[in-house]
Amino acid sequence: MPAVLKAPLVVEFPFTRSLGPVQSAFLSGLRDRVVLGVKTGDGRTLVPPVEYDPVTAEEIRDLVEVAPTGTVTTWAWNHEPRRGQPLSSPFAWVLVRLDGADTALLHALDAPGPDAVHTGLRVRVRWAEDRVGAITDIACFEPYDGDPAEPGGHSGAFEDPVTGIVAAARLDYTYSPGRAQSAYINALSERRNVGERCPSCRKVYVPPRGACPTCGVATSEQVEVGPGGTVTTFCIVNIKAKNLDIEVPYVYGHIALDGAGLALHGRIGGIPYDQVRMGLRVEPVWTEGGRFPDHYRPTGEPDADYETYKELL
Amino acid sequence: MTRDIAVVAFAQSDVLRTTEEQSEVEMLMPVLHDVLDRTGLKTADIDFTCSGSSDYLAGRAFSFTLALDGVGAWPPISESHVEMDGAWALYEAWTKLLTGDADTALVYSYGKSSPGSLRDVLTRQLDPYYVAPLWPDSVALAALQAQALIDAGATDEPALAAIGARSRAVDNPRAQLKGDVPQGEYVVRPLRTGDCPPIGDGAAAVVLAAGERARDLCTRPAWIRGIDHRIEAHSLGVRDLTDSPSTRLAAEKAGAFERPVETAELHAPFSSQEIVLRKALRLDADVRVNPSGGALAANPMMAAGLIRIGEAAARIHRGESDRALAHATSGPCLQQNLVAVLEGDPR
Repeated sequence: MPAVLKAPLVVEFPFTRSLGPVQSAFLSGLRDRVVLGVKTGDGRTLVPPVEYDPVTAEEIRDLVEVAPTGTVTTWAWNHEPRRGQPLSSPFAWVLVRLDGADTALLHALDAPGPDAVHTGLRVRVRWAEDRVGAITDIACFEPYDGDPAEPGGHSGAFEDPVTGIVAAARLDYTYSPGRAQSAYINALSERRNVGERCPSCRKVYVPPRGACPTCGVATSEQVEVGPGGTVTTFCIVNIKAKNLDIEVPYVYGHIALDGAGLALHGRIGGIPYDQVRMGLRVEPVWTEGGRFPDHYRPTGEPDADYETYKELL
Repeated sequence: MTRDIAVVAFAQSDVLRTTEEQSEVEMLMPVLHDVLDRTGLKTADIDFTCSGSSDYLAGRAFSFTLALDGVGAWPPISESHVEMDGAWALYEAWTKLLTGDADTALVYSYGKSSPGSLRDVLTRQLDPYYVAPLWPDSVALAALQAQALIDAGATDEPALAAIGARSRAVDNPRAQLKGDVPQGEYVVRPLRTGDCPPIGDGAAAVVLAAGERARDLCTRPAWIRGIDHRIEAHSLGVRDLTDSPSTRLAAEKAGAFERPVETAELHAPFSSQEIVLRKALRLDADVRVNPSGGALAANPMMAAGLIRIGEAAARIHRGESDRALAHATSGPCLQQNLVAVLEGDPR
């Protein structure tokens, strides 16, 4: 058995999120070097602030400024920073209770080594140079041996509040399609369409995924199908896809390859779009270097009888 | 209407560092066949199917739909899915059986951590405004909890090492880490490699049945006497990381404190979390904790919690325990916790 296929897969998305009134005030504050908390009904001050009391679920909006100095409540030494983390040299993860707050904020602490960090350590905010209204406007914390800073008494109202954030996320994978789909893709490289037969219901699945969804059993017997097939249904596409070099309108169809137990899909070309029909007999067209059929074109055979493909619609 | 509902069968895969030669459904299918074979049921005999998995592990949207090929989903079946550990899928199936709409349920879950970087993937479940942009990984957050426990005098590094060593010194042929595993270097201090779970791929499945149906399918059903799940506030800085009130409340609602259990299968991916759970669940020293090795021996994401329920049930099936507790967790620092209490018939 040839080795299973593997390929890099990058999933990346700039999540664009709107902020509620409390989050907006907090992040606008960071942009302006002000740290805001929110008061709960029982008088505690939560930093970072939330819109609903975590104990009572009451809506809370009473913003109050706290100091940019505070105390480490727990920590962990990170000797190998990872992509995206606040500092690229070794640092401590810390929960910091800022002076005036009753809860702690998670961030990074810039310290020379683990011996310089302990629970109870006094720290202060180091602001990022470029601040945009995001948690990363706090570049990190740094040790601080002065008196607690006096908070300014900011009301939490801003003339130009931040109303949203863009949180870019990227994850890197190595995708492997598994045994059955690897065999299918490998066969395509030899311009063959290979399905797998269910040992129970005898249906031939193409592309195979290694299991029969009707019987719930593994499929393994490989069966070459096609190359010819029958159009079972189709649609006419009138919208040009980005980065796709195909003129519209074009036809996208379901094609039951000869010997297959269900239809796969593909583009139908070599015929005016308004002449494609159910029952049309087609064959794959491969382009130089193509890893799968570029499209299917009419064979010129008489149309298939409806009875021969009605189970494959 | 009250009905007695039991776990009547449990199956799991070997947990391996990578299963790249198999797709998810190829990894899962032998486990599904195994669990059905134990009951003699066919897929068509199952009234309700519920699964747990995560798109973020697979890196693909609606990834669970491909796994449905393995359960014989045509003609259409009654099916549901949770984007969580299979323990929560079991909870949904249990409620479905309680309603009387179904007498049997198949619950399965699976996760392949090998395609991605698990520590990065898990950051995506964090608060997207205040936490996720800092990319704190799962080990870092557990390390903050471990340091809080050390500062509170609840444990120290040698005690944590002993938990890791005990967990891996078990005879579990499915486990990923077995025997004398070195405590290793710091990953994020104070946690060393020995305090952290192995990263692996795996799958698990159980069959639930109600009332007499359970007795037909299993000689000694593991009756679910109670099951409950609770959640902490999501902001880590709001919580006391040395305690787990959500676990305690779930255990109380599940009836765990009504009488002692003999066995406890705890989903504690990090050695330090076992300290928190033992306290929250008031487990005495004579309770056998994680005879399977627990998550420190094998922690397939999305299946490790369901495996705790399955391992506890299997001990009852085999007559090795009469009353067992199973716990599952999800999220950072034991954020969400599920507790189930299982009992065999009196002997």
